[in-house]
Amino acid sequence: MTAGAMNRETLFNTVLAVLLLVLPLAAVAIGEPFYVTLATRMAILALAAVGLNLALGLGGLVSFGHAAFFGIGGYVAGIFASHAFNQEPMLFGFEGSDQMPVIWLSAMLVSALVAVPIGAISLRTSGVYFIMITLAFAQMIYYFAISWPAYGGEDGLSILTRNAFPGLNTAQPISFFLICYGLLMAGLLLFWFVRNSRFGAALQAARQNEARVAAVGIAPFRIRLAAFAMSAAITGVAGALFADLNRFASPSMLSWQMSGELIVLIVLGGTARLFGPVAGAILFVLFEFALGGLTERWQLFLGLILLGVVLFARGGLIGLFAGKARHG
Amino acid sequence: MAETVLSIRDLRKTFGALKATDGVSLDLRVGEIHALIGPNGAGKTTLIHQISGSIKPDHGTIHFRGEDISRLGVAERARRGLGRSFQISSLAPEFSALRNVMLAVQARQGSSFRFFRPVMTDRSLIEPAMAVLEQTGLGSRAHLPAAELSHGERRQLEIAIALALGSKAFLFDEPMAGMGPEGSRQLTAFLDRLRAQAPILLVEHDMEAVFALADRISVLVYGRVIASGTVDEIRNDAEVRRAYLGEAS
Repeated sequence: MTAGAMNRETLFNTVLAVLLLVLPLAAVAIGEPFYVTLATRMAILALAAVGLNLALGLGGLVSFGHAAFFGIGGYVAGIFASHAFNQEPMLFGFEGSDQMPVIWLSAMLVSALVAVPIGAISLRTSGVYFIMITLAFAQMIYYFAISWPAYGGEDGLSILTRNAFPGLNTAQPISFFLICYGLLMAGLLLFWFVRNSRFGAALQAARQNEARVAAVGIAPFRIRLAAFAMSAAITGVAGALFADLNRFASPSMLSWQMSGELIVLIVLGGTARLFGPVAGAILFVLFEFALGGLTERWQLFLGLILLGVVLFARGGLIGLFAGKARHG
Repeated sequence: MAETVLSIRDLRKTFGALKATDGVSLDLRVGEIHALIGPNGAGKTTLIHQISGSIKPDHGTIHFRGEDISRLGVAERARRGLGRSFQISSLAPEFSALRNVMLAVQARQGSSFRFFRPVMTDRSLIEPAMAVLEQTGLGSRAHLPAAELSHGERRQLEIAIALALGSKAFLFDEPMAGMGPEGSRQLTAFLDRLRAQAPILLVEHDMEAVFALADRISVLVYGRVIASGTVDEIRNDAEVRRAYLGEAS
């Protein structure tokens, strides 16, 4: 039972990780840089979903508002870049930055800081109410963004040149891909550690039985709030990368459709599974590319596939290949 | 008289017109098993919920080890050493028996805000948890998910978790419920030894077990304690016989 299933999952994860790395490198070698952009999109969406997977998969917190953090990360990248470009100071004389590490840390920090009050209120509810409250908060932030002319309003905010990373030419698609891939791996590593830690044990137990966790003396609320903030921080970094990929911080990053897509990625790939978001993002971007080329209504087919997964393969793609998750 | 660990004074709780708890006062002293009996609907589980903190009483106080815990939440009371088992088994169903107990060991050790060390190789969690599982007769079932354990084993696991918490007092809500005669006998013997470790407030319908174990018995009827005393006093109390035990006993 356990050993076989675990090994198969590890093997499947390794294959996914290697494929996602090797295919864009091969694409460069044969002179098809477009596929590098496709793979970069996969890596970034996967990272955003790894963040959500921490709250949704491990904690059972179905946030329908994670676009808020994805968008906040994107706007941090856009706003920092535009201030640095125009050399006009923003808050406290800070002149913005076009350095990715600075942007990432800020995106994480701002996302987590916004997540704390949202979580503190939303986590007083559960089930459908939690879904609706997180959605409502995300919509508030969305409308705030489109009505703020200083940073583009409905038009969004362009990033004229992609932000910089020390020692790499980020304008080269493959360099930028490698950065995104590296962050995805870091995000997965963090998820792995959290899942297996004491914190992760309490978080997963609270998903299974809240009363039990409280009865041993662990307050589920604090554990969930911390998980929600961590989750937001990871999704926030992914947002900053996404804005850099498109050289554009778009209000659509904050939209409820984006929140829905992140949930779809996780369900497709396998909820709470380490590589579930990766499998989901690869599948999603492939569909979008392959079916989107044939018909504008590709999402109809995505919907059918999602229906199939929910009805016949509850463990998603990972569940299909590696069987049920075990908790040791 | 032995030291009082848990002291409940004039607890009241109404749900609409129903007086679920109507001025209950009880003590739990070091080394004893204090059984709480009463017909269905007498308010036994409501009382346990108020003691453990999941229901707030309308009136009255609860002191535990000299501290007023009436206003504390469930988790805070558990951290102060109040261990409970649930009337209906309440476990993390996907986790193995071992991981269920490890969660209690982790809670006892303090912070759950540790993010890096994997629990499944953490001997400071595994060893105490295994010891408790062995002690409760679940050693060979440690790696099965709680959902796959038998009913009796889940009841044992509930107790194992309370043990692993190092509780200073136990609240056990019908631990024998649904157990076969052999299971009940084993659990009776186990609880008999356990009282030396920490006193037990035992809600139980199995009268054989109650009479075998209890140092004192309180009888709850319609939210009131109608009698409280030793096993013999309760057996011979006319009002109790009428209200609860019936002609047979």
